[in-house]
Amino acid sequence: MRRKGNLLSLIPYYIWILFFVIAPILLIVYYSLLDLHGHFTINNYRNFLTSVYLKMTLSSFWYAFLITLFSLIISYPAAYLITKLKYKQLWLILIIIPSWINLLLKTYAFIGIFGNKGPINAFVKAIGLPNQQILFTDFAFVFVSVYIFIPFMILPIFNALDKLNPALIDASRDLGASKITTFRRVIIPLTMNGVKAGVQAVFIPALSLFMITRLIAGNRVITLGTAIEEQFLTTQNWGMGSTISVFLILFMFIIMLLTGERKKGVARNGKAK
Amino acid sequence: MKSLIRASIGILLVCGILMYTSHAMDATSGKSGKDILTIYNWGEYIDPALIKKFEKQTGINVIYETFDSNEAMMTKIEQGGTNYDIAVPSEYTVEQMRERHLLKKIDHKQIPNLKYIEPDFLHLAFDKKNQYSIPYFWGTVGVVYNKKLLKDKKFDSWDDLWDPSLKGKVILVDSAREVIGVGLNSIGQSLNTTDSTVLQKATNKLIRMAPNVKAVIGDEVTQLMINGDAEVALTWSGQAADMMSENEDLTYSVPKEGSNLWFDNMVIPKTSKNIEGAHKFINFMLDPKVAAQNSEYVGYTTPNKAALKLMDPEIVNDTRYYVSKDVREKLEVYKNLGKEKIGEYNELFLRFKMSIR
Repeated sequence: MRRKGNLLSLIPYYIWILFFVIAPILLIVYYSLLDLHGHFTINNYRNFLTSVYLKMTLSSFWYAFLITLFSLIISYPAAYLITKLKYKQLWLILIIIPSWINLLLKTYAFIGIFGNKGPINAFVKAIGLPNQQILFTDFAFVFVSVYIFIPFMILPIFNALDKLNPALIDASRDLGASKITTFRRVIIPLTMNGVKAGVQAVFIPALSLFMITRLIAGNRVITLGTAIEEQFLTTQNWGMGSTISVFLILFMFIIMLLTGERKKGVARNGKAK
Repeated sequence: MKSLIRASIGILLVCGILMYTSHAMDATSGKSGKDILTIYNWGEYIDPALIKKFEKQTGINVIYETFDSNEAMMTKIEQGGTNYDIAVPSEYTVEQMRERHLLKKIDHKQIPNLKYIEPDFLHLAFDKKNQYSIPYFWGTVGVVYNKKLLKDKKFDSWDDLWDPSLKGKVILVDSAREVIGVGLNSIGQSLNTTDSTVLQKATNKLIRMAPNVKAVIGDEVTQLMINGDAEVALTWSGQAADMMSENEDLTYSVPKEGSNLWFDNMVIPKTSKNIEGAHKFINFMLDPKVAAQNSEYVGYTTPNKAALKLMDPEIVNDTRYYVSKDVREKLEVYKNLGKEKIGEYNELFLRFKMSIR
């Protein structure tokens, strides 16, 4: 009886998955096989495999890679530092709070900060350098994206580091390992799952960023997300938009497989969102 | 089991509340009847005093709602559940709405003031007999630039945008037809070109402009131009007027090779419940005095010939907006080119954007 009850209670979950995960994916695949007039075609896929979209895919991956890399470089030491602090939960909250603010608002704020008359250029001028064009550069794009994604990277890494048993580090030191060796051979392997979860939480959304590409990079950076938005909203070619989405979903699955944990049962703690 | 039942009841309850709310919201949005007129217009696109005046004159209560894109407006009307009596789409959207049977015919007998409209602005390709639409405002696409930041620069020709001295200074609008249109205009071709080789040629020319392009953005350009953060931008005359009213260093120019002529038009959506009131409103807005007041308030150019005589001559004689007759002859209204061609324009535009690096 108990077992049955458990199965029954899973029904809402399965219904949810069916309607909000499986059905939309099937719909996207279906639409990707339609042309403008609703006839079946594989031309959308052929179109995707042309140089324009392949180039776009490459550049999307490149920027997503950069964003993930810089997020990781900043987040790992930051998370490590926070675990050593006295009020670590408070510090963590301070890092997480900005992620509650709407992404668009934060992006708009950066338009002002990076502008020719913004605080950064005011500082640049004060130290006697000529005005710098910051907005609409690769730097601005990566900077803002990293800023936005950092909480999603810090959280899982923090959790992994926080769970790390300090006795293991002591043991390593007692057995004569240097600080660097301890870090390399003990801390990193034990927090790898946190890093993987963080990479997933950053790399995948970074692949499909779209508003920031226009607002901060002025469309000088074109990602797959931008292309999907345009196909749906301006061209109204749902078929092509869906085709790009199919590839995006495929890429996401591949990344999940690559960064996924081998062993099941290890808590996938703090996977943001 | 108990918790399962409790959860199901909870879900049902939430659904019920949501359904009720949505029903209640439907009832208030676009509620219409004999003495109510629901108007669906762009934001800040009418002098509010005129709505009051109309209400006083006719005893009709006006509900005023706004939208910010043609597509959003059309989708909302198409989905139903609204009772808009007046909407103000741009010309290409009028054509699409007509094709999708979303519009009611306008009875010209009920609109005597139609005679005040400049004849050049009637009977255009998107609605040959003005059966479905009456022009509200019109305008052009051109170049807005900062005289102070760009000394001695003029934009009399589209080719001026290719000037090497403008490296990294040009802002373009994120819209395929306008940008590809610059390429087409600059090689002396029609904005409604459907020939793929010509389109390719225009794109190739645009790609040569890529080093000059600072960014391809949307409405954010207004703030950048006002703050003096950007030197020169491709924009619509109305948006240019907004910028210029905030920053005196800015000016606007329509290059001599020609450009786009656009219209926003009053239409009566199929969902209207107060057709008589809608006609009254259209007629009211065409009254020369009303049109003049509205145009001076909003800052857009009016198609109402009689209204021009009542307006400040300084505005009416400003050839940046009220372009001279020979420039006007070179302006072209967009035709609906069909989804395939629009797709091609967008593909080419995407290729152009990818070349900006």
